[in-house]
Amino acid sequence: MSAVETQEYAPVFTGKTLERLQEILTRYPTKQAALLPALWLVQGERGWISDRNMVEVGEVLGLTPAYVKGVVTFYTMYHQHPVGANFVQVCTTSPCNICGAEDVVKALLAHTGAKELGATSPDGQWTVIEVECLGACGFATPVLVNDDFVESVTPERVPELVRKYK
Amino acid sequence: MGYPHKPHAKETALLSKHFGDPDARTYKGWAKRGGYETWKQAQTMAPAAITDVVKESGLRGRGGAGFPTGLKWSFMPKEKKKPHYLCVNADESEPGTFKDREIMRWTPHALLEGTLIAMRAIQAEVGYIYIRGEFTEPYAIMEQALAEATKAGVLGGHKIHLHRGAGAYICGEETAMMNSIEGKRGNPRIKPPFPAAFGVFGMPTTINNVETLAAVPHILRQGAAWYKAMSLSNPKSTGTKLFSVCGHVRLPGNYEVTMGFPLKDLLHELCGGMRPGRTLKACIPGGSSVPILNREESEGCLLDYEGCVEKGTMLGSGGVIVFDDSADMVYQIMRLARFYAHESCAQCTQCREGTAWTTKILERILAGQGKMADLDLLLDLSDNMTGKTICVLSDSCAAPVVSGIKKFRTEFEDYIAGRKQPVMVA
Repeated sequence: MSAVETQEYAPVFTGKTLERLQEILTRYPTKQAALLPALWLVQGERGWISDRNMVEVGEVLGLTPAYVKGVVTFYTMYHQHPVGANFVQVCTTSPCNICGAEDVVKALLAHTGAKELGATSPDGQWTVIEVECLGACGFATPVLVNDDFVESVTPERVPELVRKYK
Repeated sequence: MGYPHKPHAKETALLSKHFGDPDARTYKGWAKRGGYETWKQAQTMAPAAITDVVKESGLRGRGGAGFPTGLKWSFMPKEKKKPHYLCVNADESEPGTFKDREIMRWTPHALLEGTLIAMRAIQAEVGYIYIRGEFTEPYAIMEQALAEATKAGVLGGHKIHLHRGAGAYICGEETAMMNSIEGKRGNPRIKPPFPAAFGVFGMPTTINNVETLAAVPHILRQGAAWYKAMSLSNPKSTGTKLFSVCGHVRLPGNYEVTMGFPLKDLLHELCGGMRPGRTLKACIPGGSSVPILNREESEGCLLDYEGCVEKGTMLGSGGVIVFDDSADMVYQIMRLARFYAHESCAQCTQCREGTAWTTKILERILAGQGKMADLDLLLDLSDNMTGKTICVLSDSCAAPVVSGIKKFRTEFEDYIAGRKQPVMVA
């Protein structure tokens, strides 16, 4: 379910962001191909992608809002609702799992106060989710905090990691 | 080298030679190490001549399928009537595999050089490097390297763009990747038409893996015969291969060895063996999509395409997942099934339903509510998931389940018969 925006809509694609999109458009023979990069720009600016954002992206690239939503919902990294200021993704697929990834998740939930997977901590600072393979299996357990890829996280290292982003 | 460890005497470091050396990341540092010299040489060669060298070398795709690279290039139209494209598969997401990440992190210019050579061979003006969304650091490093190479004028009229994925394992499947580049959901396409005829934007396209392309400059520089001679077992498997080893070994990391290297030596010598007091129980040698080997099979397996097939598995991407005697195979196989259920694009019924039900049945067994008939049910489901869908994601889910039940059946039966305490809640 998408959260609803109540304020008047401020477009994402103006000024510098619009310029960046225009540069991206030169890389592809179709406008549609700029959809994934355009959605990254929206998420970079707003932290998540609202229904109204999807309408705007559709207008800019000549796509219907339904089409844009179909793509947004396919890719798990696009947020369809607001998340905590720090978004934490922990790999718990087999190679990390046998090295103790589920204990890392427990430690993160406890130290961030997020309590439950996918929920945001009461102070709005943290959302922790489990993800499938992050592609760094030899550095178990890898954790992605926002755009920072942290290797070899153990439950013991969690307090220090959480302090760093507080 | 066995990054992040010191190189081992039994490794053959070609691609991994500069892993861990930040100076090799820069254009200047790379040029000092002979970087882009081979690209200069390639620019004096006819496209077909480049393809011939690669064909002769025996290089096979390192992403998992092992298709001969030169042959793939030769499928592209010789007479150019439309734009040609190269897509570089840097969507490394196969559980157990983390080699392309290291290539991009430490030797981004090696990938760019291989990409440029491949683009000349297939007559492509534009290349897209599709990097998985979670690889924020490799993306930034590749972006910097591309900017430096562009500034230095080495691209020679070719255009290379980075395209960031957004969290979908299936986009590593080549036709799904092309759809994703086109701004679509990453659903695999029915083949034929094959990419060389109708690829990205409907144009002739070749898709190559990062490691495959990083090997190309070495082959061109030192010759097909030199590359072909690197083969310890079967002459159909040539060159070196990066093996990402993870799980229960003392020294997990990326190890580069000559094709045909014994898996036993990789695990017990290069990776330092098991943790103290532990013994090897099982090993998945080619990323999570290939059948599991038991201890005996692992210790007799030679790491090349044919050697793995001989043991009933596949070399795949070279992602080696190691389980010691502490591992709960039922739980880990459930985790792998859950991975495929999560990553199914849901186009094909066998995959969408099959991966989800396989996971549910395994969870039921782990919750102590399984029946003996569930094992046959899982095998029957797996049979319906194999060879019946647009792509092989469904087959990949079945591989660990079928081999797991075959080789570790008593572990499943222990949960079902109540000899083992449930580890999940129904």
